[in-house]
Amino acid sequence: MANLALRDLVKTYDRTEVLHSINLDVKDGEFVVFVGPSGCGKSTTLRMIAGLEEVTSGTVEIGGQVVNNLEPKDRDIAMVFQNYAIYPHMTVRKNIAFGLRTSKMTRAQKEARIEEVAGILGMTEYLDRKPNQLSGGQRQRVAIGRAMVRDPAVFLFDEPLSNLDAQLRTQMRLEIKKLHRRVGSTIVFVTHDQVEAMTMADRIVIMKDGHIQQIGSPAEVYHAPANTFVAQFIGAPSMNLLEGRGTASGVTLWTGAALATGPKADGKALTIGIRPEDLHVVESGGVLSGVVSVAEPLGSETLVYVDVDGKEIIASASGRTPPAAGDRITLDLDVRNLHVFDAASGEALA
Amino acid sequence: MAIAEDIRIKPSSETLLRPDRPKPPRNYAQFIRWALLFLGGVLMVMPLVYMISTSLKYSFEVYNLNLIPEEPTLENYTYVLEDGRFYTWFLNSLIIATLTTISTLIFDSLVGYVLCKFKFRGRYLIFIAILSTLMIPTEMLVIPWYLMSQQLGWLDTYWGIMFPGLMTAFGVFLMKQFFETVPDDFLEAARIDGLNELQIWWSVAMPLVKPALAALAIFVFLGNWTAFIWPLIATTDTALYTLPVGLSSFGDEADVAWELIMTGAAISTLPTLVVFLIFQRFIIRGVVMAGLKG
Ligand SMILES: Nc1ncnc2c1ncn2[C@@H]1O[C@H](COP(=O)(O)OP(=O)(O)OP(=O)(O)O)[C@@H](O)[C@H]1O
Ligand SMILES: [Mg+2]
Repeated sequence: MANLALRDLVKTYDRTEVLHSINLDVKDGEFVVFVGPSGCGKSTTLRMIAGLEEVTSGTVEIGGQVVNNLEPKDRDIAMVFQNYAIYPHMTVRKNIAFGLRTSKMTRAQKEARIEEVAGILGMTEYLDRKPNQLSGGQRQRVAIGRAMVRDPAVFLFDEPLSNLDAQLRTQMRLEIKKLHRRVGSTIVFVTHDQVEAMTMADRIVIMKDGHIQQIGSPAEVYHAPANTFVAQFIGAPSMNLLEGRGTASGVTLWTGAALATGPKADGKALTIGIRPEDLHVVESGGVLSGVVSVAEPLGSETLVYVDVDGKEIIASASGRTPPAAGDRITLDLDVRNLHVFDAASGEALA
Repeated sequence: MAIAEDIRIKPSSETLLRPDRPKPPRNYAQFIRWALLFLGGVLMVMPLVYMISTSLKYSFEVYNLNLIPEEPTLENYTYVLEDGRFYTWFLNSLIIATLTTISTLIFDSLVGYVLCKFKFRGRYLIFIAILSTLMIPTEMLVIPWYLMSQQLGWLDTYWGIMFPGLMTAFGVFLMKQFFETVPDDFLEAARIDGLNELQIWWSVAMPLVKPALAALAIFVFLGNWTAFIWPLIATTDTALYTLPVGLSSFGDEADVAWELIMTGAAISTLPTLVVFLIFQRFIIRGVVMAGLKG
């Protein structure tokens, strides 16, 4: 078990810098999720932690020790890959045992350890099968087993669930979380699915174009996004971003509606963010009004796409008495739920 | 998958092993197809049939092209098998073909693996250099080989016969292409599990390219088993002759003893059949396994 620290980590491929000065501290036993769009550098960061990719500059520390020049096997880590990477020519038992090849345990200890891990993962009865006799979820379990068996200080997962169907993904998500609670190792988990990030992480690291956008707990990144990118990336459906302008007493929306919030920066161009669930359909006296273009019933709620003065806004309406397409509705909001960003930089303003 | 199954099941088990139950041609196109295949099959089999037929003839009958010997005899077989030299040659061929096959499998796959999975300066150049040797025919190389062997004292040694074949450019190419199909994740997972590069190659990458290794083994073994020109040039000592060289020496200047040569050749096809039957399984299994992985 160990903490993990990245200091000014930079990665350059053929003079193109793809990671720009990444700084991160992961506490012992913490579950950290890297999330971001494709190509933002999540895998590259993970592979540098694992030692599969050379560090261009900066340091990777595991357990307080700089590991830049250590081989992957000497870093006390284990990694689970997206496409499982379990060996098709070996049985489940052999695959799991593979992680113990270099360990100094006796044969009996190894056997016991393999049985124990298989037990935790519910794979005991499949130990003598070959991977091609297993389902996708079971294969992924074998891959996790091979990583677990060595009891590494840090677990690295690179999109381990993206090859599974939606239902299995939800199930494995839960299992990995339980596993974390049980073994208590430090985990760095990469995904591009924000739901996975929100549900599993102690802390989320949101990345874009090789920069960290925000580091925070799921609640923090959801309720206090650092910029418009994070605001839109986290949460589904995405936060509405509206044009606005600062006034002496608050902000004015592009519709002319005045709201008492924000930095009181007179004349400044602002972006005002509001989550769909913070917009309420009201009979009268709302802030925004428009015509419903599409209504998407989801059961518990209905998503309504409302055309407000030429701008499409998503709001969450009641699931029981939803507005229909073509209805003119009025939306109200609580100014405390507004997020105010600088329109030029996209950064959140206090 | 569907194609693989077709190839696997139809020709081998249905038509070859049970010729008494051929499926009737369903239509005209099918008939033409069968006819062409039959013709091809006959062309392939004819030399083999003549070989066996000749081995069963007395020498006076050899130049009659009749397929069924008028007086079939096994005398040639007793003669060849009682001639002690035959065993020496057979053994020489077996040793040489086996060693070159093992060597080729190891070195071709090592080089192919490195060229495929390691990024280093000049690897493309090396690959092209290796491939370009494929364009030089053996006939052009035997004289330089001979001069070299002469100076190094390799003539009339096993090593002298074997050295040109210990590695093949074709095998390097084949293995490199096959290693492309092995995902890097497998290798990286093994790296994290603490294997060194040689162990990764041997215990992770090699098992995943077994079908290619099997195909290469068949090619190389057959190639060396039947090699004639270089072993003929590299040896003068009859005790070091390989089987093809030895067989061609049956008879004397005035008269080539074709019936004996054919008898020896017939016997010498047996090991090639064994090698094919052993390795062919791997090829078929490999196809099936790849199919299941999807
Ligand atoms: N070997 C390489 N050579 C050059 N550029 C590379 C290499 N590997 C990755 N990159 C670049 O580095 C950037 C980050 O890649 P990375 O694989 O880390 O993205 P990612 O966040 O994992 O994306 P995804 O969600 O698609 O897996 C990308 O722009 C990619 O093009
Ligand atoms: Mg990735």
